[in-house]
This record gives sequence, C-alpha cells and structure tokens, in this order.
Amino acid sequence: MPVSDDFQKAQRFREAALPYLDDVYTLARYLLRDASDAEDAVQECYLRALKHFDSYRGPAMKPWLFAILRNVCNAEYARRAHSHAAIEDTPGAADQTPMWQESEASPETEVLRSRDAGAIRKMIDGLAEPFKETFVLREISNLSYREIAEAVGAPVGTVMSRLARARAMLRAAWMAEEEHSK
Amino acid sequence: MTCDEAQILLHALLDNELDAGHARELEAHIATCPACTAEFAAQRDMKCVLAGTTLGYSAPATLRARIEASMPQARPQPSRRSVLRGFAMGSAVSALAATGIVAVVLRQDDQQRILSEVVSAHLRSLQAGHLIDVVSTDQHTVKPWFNGKLDVAPPVIDLTAQGFTLVGGRLDYVDARAIGAVVYKRRQHIINLFVAQTASTEHRPPKTQTMQGFNCRRWGERGLNFWAVSDIGGDELTEFVDKFDAAMKANVEG
Ligand SMILES: [Zn+2]
Repeated sequence: MPVSDDFQKAQRFREAALPYLDDVYTLARYLLRDASDAEDAVQECYLRALKHFDSYRGPAMKPWLFAILRNVCNAEYARRAHSHAAIEDTPGAADQTPMWQESEASPETEVLRSRDAGAIRKMIDGLAEPFKETFVLREISNLSYREIAEAVGAPVGTVMSRLARARAMLRAAWMAEEEHSK
Repeated sequence: MTCDEAQILLHALLDNELDAGHARELEAHIATCPACTAEFAAQRDMKCVLAGTTLGYSAPATLRARIEASMPQARPQPSRRSVLRGFAMGSAVSALAATGIVAVVLRQDDQQRILSEVVSAHLRSLQAGHLIDVVSTDQHTVKPWFNGKLDVAPPVIDLTAQGFTLVGGRLDYVDARAIGAVVYKRRQHIINLFVAQTASTEHRPPKTQTMQGFNCRRWGERGLNFWAVSDIGGDELTEFVDKFDAAMKANVEG
C-alpha cells in the first residue's frame, strides 16, 4: 500500500516551494512593513499554495508563489482598517507628478552616497504602491519583466513604466535624504 | 525616439531586457540628449549601489517550522510502520540513518505508484481508437512526430527484423506529465514502450514486475526512464528489452 497521497503531494510541494521561502518572506516584509504580519502572510501563502498545488502547471514557481502572496496581502490591507493602500493603481496617481520632475530638478549627475542596508530598506518602504512592489520584484526578487507581469497580473508595458517611476521616486528620496543630512 | 520613451526604456537596458534593435535606438538617443544621458548615468549608479547592498530578508527559523508543521506529515501505513518500528528498535543506528531508510522506502513507493499509472496507461491504450496517434512502421516517420510535443523525443527503433513490429507512437500521461509511448506488436500482442525524461543519468538495470496481469520491465539509461508493458510472457518481454537496448546502443555508437 502506498503512503497517503497527501503526504506525497506535500513532499513534492516542499521540494518545489520551500527553497523560495526567503524570497516570499522578503516580498511580504516590503509589502506589509511588519515582521509578524509578514510571517502570518507567508504561512497563509504556503497553505494556499499547497492547496492549489494540484493545479500548478508552471512555468516558474517563484512568480506563482508571489501571485498567491499578493492576494494574501491584499486581504491583509483590507483587514487593516486604516490603510487603504491596496496594491492597485490609484486612479490618476501616475499623473499627479510628472515622472521626470525629480531628476530634472538636479540634472547634474550627483553620485549617491552608499548607505547602510537599513536606511535603503526604509527608503524602499516609503515608496507608494504599486511602484514599490514592482521595484522589489525586479531589484530584490530578481524577477524578469515577464515574470513580474505574470505575478502582478499587469501587461509588461505597465511593469516597465511602474519600474521607471519607482526608481525615479527612490532616487529622489535618496537625494532628499542626503540634502537633509548635509 | 522621444525622451519620454527613452526614460522608460533605459531601465530595460539596465535590466538587460531590451532587444538589440531598441537598444541601438536608445543608445543613439542617449548619445545626443544630455537629459537622458544624465538620467541613464544616475540610474546606473543607483543600481550599482543597490546591487552591493543586502536588501532581502531571511525567513525566521520559527516561520519555516510553522509552515512545516502545517503540512501533512508522513503517516506510514501499518505494514510499513511495523517495518520501521522493528528497524528502529532492533538496531542502534542514528536517527539520521533511519531517515535515510524512510527516504528509500518512499522512493520505492513512488516507483510503485508510477508503475501502476504506466499499467493503467497501457490498459487505456488497448481500448478501441486509443492505441496510436501516429500510425507508421517507419521509425523515420514516428520519431519526428514526437519532436515539439515532448521536451525530449523518445528513441524510436524499428525492431521488425528482430520479431517486434513497430506500429506507431502516441502521447500519453503518466505522473501528471506528458510522456511518449512507442507501440510495437508481437504476433497479436501489443507492447507499449513508455519513455520519460528523468533528472538522473545513472544506469538502472532492467527489472520485471507484474501488475494487474501485465508484465512490466523498466530500466533507466542516458537520462531516460523506460517501461515496457505487455501481456506477452516475461521471457519474451525480456527479449524485447534486450533487443531494444542493443539496437539503441548500436544507434548511439554507430
Ligand atoms: Zn532624451
């Protein structure tokens, strides 16, 4: 008699999904900005992923897990009574500030001072959604544009403009900090 | 190219996502546009600083443990449990070695499950109209038919001269994956030769098992797993596998 199917499925799932635990946790930390909420979200994400593992047909495990984590986080945003910052485009958000205003304000190429990881993480945390999410998926989770598009359910063109916007905002925040600390 | 376009595409260039045509166009724009030159340099610098900083987090060990605990754990069936218990009590091996035994037991179970799927696939194929997707006794017709349908096309070898007639090929599903089945006939008996890609390149010698009244001889060679299933006798199936194996070796070496 074979060992129960559930266990075999869980075993396959472990091998396929657990190697990405740090990646999933990292994304959760940036999306939720709270260590304990992130842990809960990641656990919920893995539970759901195991449940739907039968229907998983690839192509890549990481974007698939990220897509599930996003749904969990969106539910968490909804739960947080005071936050309305779901990972959706705020209508007109992209129009409120011209994308290049920040850099054009100081066209000379200032070299950014290296900062410790904590300071940079804080600046990334300060980015608005959906730009932060796109930035983290590209720069920290190392997803390709196509994989990001798949994980967030947006066209590649949207991913590209969000990423450009996110980097412009981050650089502006970085320079503002340096200005401040002078 | 406008500056608005360039300011978005320069990120794709930095991320190695831009195709050669757009990259040339963008570089040409940057070369003549001071604003985009400055933005490109600024973003490249920032990317360098970011790349040199650890921005990811490590999942706490407690989280890993919580997730592990929430998944179905191994609950061996009684017969196996008694085997394991006997093993654990009867010897003083370390817990680590015991885990190794469990892994071996599970792997064999997996083989058993796949074998039963292979036999089911063989049974399905015997129903009218299910045996063959491509009908041909010519290996040069059957082999290309598999190309593009599977990551690795199975070796298709005509064994008519050796008493096993190639009759065609079929796509089948075993272990939730598409695999190739090459179909032979021996008198009025059907032989399905299932071929699946495997990560392991080790040679596994042929072994015959019976299941549901069928003989199944399986072996592993050159990154492929083979299962030959038929209702012909064990001796004849062994002969089939020996001849197939010899012909495959001759093909590879010749
Ligand atoms: Zn320009």
